Amino acid sequence: MLSESDEQGTVFDEEEPGKYLEDAVDEPSRVRPAIEFRDVHLSFDDVTILNGISFSVRKGETKIILGRSGGGKSTIIRLVLGLLKPDSGTILIDGEDITYYNEEQMMGVRQKIGMVFQEGALFDSLSVFENVAYRLIERGVAYEEVEPEVRRMLRFVDLEDAIDKMPDELSGGMRRRVGIARALIGDPQIVLFDEPTAGLDPPTARTICELAIKLRDLQDVSSIFVTHEMNNLRYLSSEYATVDDEGKVIFEKEGEKLCLINTEVMMIRDGQINFSGTDEKLEHTDDPYIRTFIYGK
Amino acid sequence: MYPVYRFLFELQEISLLIWRSFVNLRRRPRYPGEVLRQMDLIGVGSLPIVLLTGFFTGGVLVLQTFPTLEYYSIQSEAGRSVATSLIRELGPVLTALMVSGRIGSAISAELGSMVVSQQIDAMRAFGTNPIRKLVAPRIIALIFMLPLLTIAADIFGLIGGGVVASLIYNQETHVFIASVRNGISTSDLVGGMIKPFFFGLIIGAVSCHKGLSTTGGTVGVGRSTTNAVVIASIWVIIFDFFLSKALHFVLDMGPI
Repeated sequence: MLSESDEQGTVFDEEEPGKYLEDAVDEPSRVRPAIEFRDVHLSFDDVTILNGISFSVRKGETKIILGRSGGGKSTIIRLVLGLLKPDSGTILIDGEDITYYNEEQMMGVRQKIGMVFQEGALFDSLSVFENVAYRLIERGVAYEEVEPEVRRMLRFVDLEDAIDKMPDELSGGMRRRVGIARALIGDPQIVLFDEPTAGLDPPTARTICELAIKLRDLQDVSSIFVTHEMNNLRYLSSEYATVDDEGKVIFEKEGEKLCLINTEVMMIRDGQINFSGTDEKLEHTDDPYIRTFIYGK
Repeated sequence: MYPVYRFLFELQEISLLIWRSFVNLRRRPRYPGEVLRQMDLIGVGSLPIVLLTGFFTGGVLVLQTFPTLEYYSIQSEAGRSVATSLIRELGPVLTALMVSGRIGSAISAELGSMVVSQQIDAMRAFGTNPIRKLVAPRIIALIFMLPLLTIAADIFGLIGGGVVASLIYNQETHVFIASVRNGISTSDLVGGMIKPFFFGLIIGAVSCHKGLSTTGGTVGVGRSTTNAVVIASIWVIIFDFFLSKALHFVLDMGPI
C-alpha cells in the first residue's frame, strides 16, 4: 500500500512508461466493471426507493453519488453488500451476478469489499486494534501477521498512537478514520463510503477525502462515495494524489498537466438517476433541481 | 397488521432464529470463547440474585405453610412441601424470570444498540454471520447455565426453608432434612432439570430476536428491551404450565 514502495512500483514503470497502460487495456479485469447495476428496482411496502437504476463503476474509478437524505443513496451501498436484495434487476460485483446470492455466498463476495459506515460503526466492546484487525482475526490469520497489518493501516489513517484505545475515547473524526482503516485491511479492491464526512469539521472532512483520493490514485481501488456535501465533490473530482521525488504523497489539482477521468458523479432523485457524468458537466447543467442542490438556491 | 398475524409472524421469526442458530453451530468459524464469555456473564453473573431469590423463596414458603401444617399436626412435612414446590415449580420458574429480567434485557439492549449503530451491518459487511457470532453463543450459554442456576436456587431455597423452620418455628434440623429427602423423587428432580433447558431457549431466542429486530433508534432499543423481558417472562409462565402437564404424563409424577 502507500508505505510499500514495491506495490507502488506496479503503477509506474520508469523504463517503459507506456507498459502499464498497455497491460491495463489488455487485462480483462480492467474492462469488466468492478460494480454494475442493471435496471435495479426496490420498494419498501408502497414506497419506491430505487426505480430502474443502472450504472457501473470501473476498476480504479470513484463514483460519487449525490442526492438528498433518504433518497436511496445508502440503499445502493447496502445492495452492493447484499445487506438488502432488489425486487428486480441485476447486480454484478467483479462480473459475478450476486443478485440472488444467499448470506453464505455473500460472505465470500464481501471479502472483496471494504465498507466505511456513516458513523464509523465501530464495535464498542473492542479496542481500536481489535476493530481494525477484525476481518483478519475472523479469517483466522495468525496474530504475528495481524499486528503489522493493523499498524500499517493505522499509519495510513495517521492514527497509530490510538491503537490501544477504546472507541468511546475517540473523537468523531478519529472514529471515522479507524472505520476507514478497518475497511481497508485485507486490501479490498472495492471500498464503499457511506457519507463518511457527515457531521465532521471541514479539516477532518478534507482528511477523509484525501484518504479516498489516495486509495483511488495510488492503490487503484474502485469506490462508491455517497455524500450530500459539495466540498467532498470538489476535492474528489478536482484533485489527485501522486508521489513526489522524495517519496512523499502530495495532492495536486487537475489542470493542463492532468485531467481526472477516474471520477464520475451520479445524482439520485426520486429513486432514479437524475444525472450521470463528470463534475464539469454537473456544474454547467441547466437542470433547476441540480442547480438548487449545488448552489443552494 | 392484525394481532394474530403479528403473533404468528413473530413466532415464525423466532423459530427461524432458533433453527438458524443450531444449523450454524455445525459451520465454521465457531466461537467457543464467546460461548464461555456468555456462560460466565449469564451463569456466574446471575448467581448472587438467583441465590438470594432461592433462599428467601424457600424461607417464605415455610413461613407461610408452617402454621397451616401445624394446624393439621403435620408440621414435620414442611420440608416435603417446600422441596416439592421449589424443585418442581418455583426453582425453575423464578430462576428463569430473574434471568429473563437480568440477561434477557441485557441481550436485547446490547443487540438493539448494535443494530441502531450499524454494528450488525458492519459485522455482516466484514463477512461475519451475526447469528453464528452473537445469537448462537447466547442461546447455548442460556440453555446450559439456566439448569445450573436452577440447581443453585433449589439448594439455597431448601437452606432458606430449613433456616426459617429451625429459627422461627424451632423445628429440629434433622426432621426438616428427613422430610425433604422423603418428599422428592427422581422424577421431580428430572422434571425440574428439564424445564430450565426450554426456559433458557425461550429467553435466549426471544431476547435475541427482539434485539435484532430493533428499529427506531435509541427509543426503539428501550422498547425492544421491555418487550423482550415481558414476552420472555410471559412465555416462560405459559410454557411452564404445558411443560408441567407433559412432564406429569411422561414422568408419571405423583401428587405434591
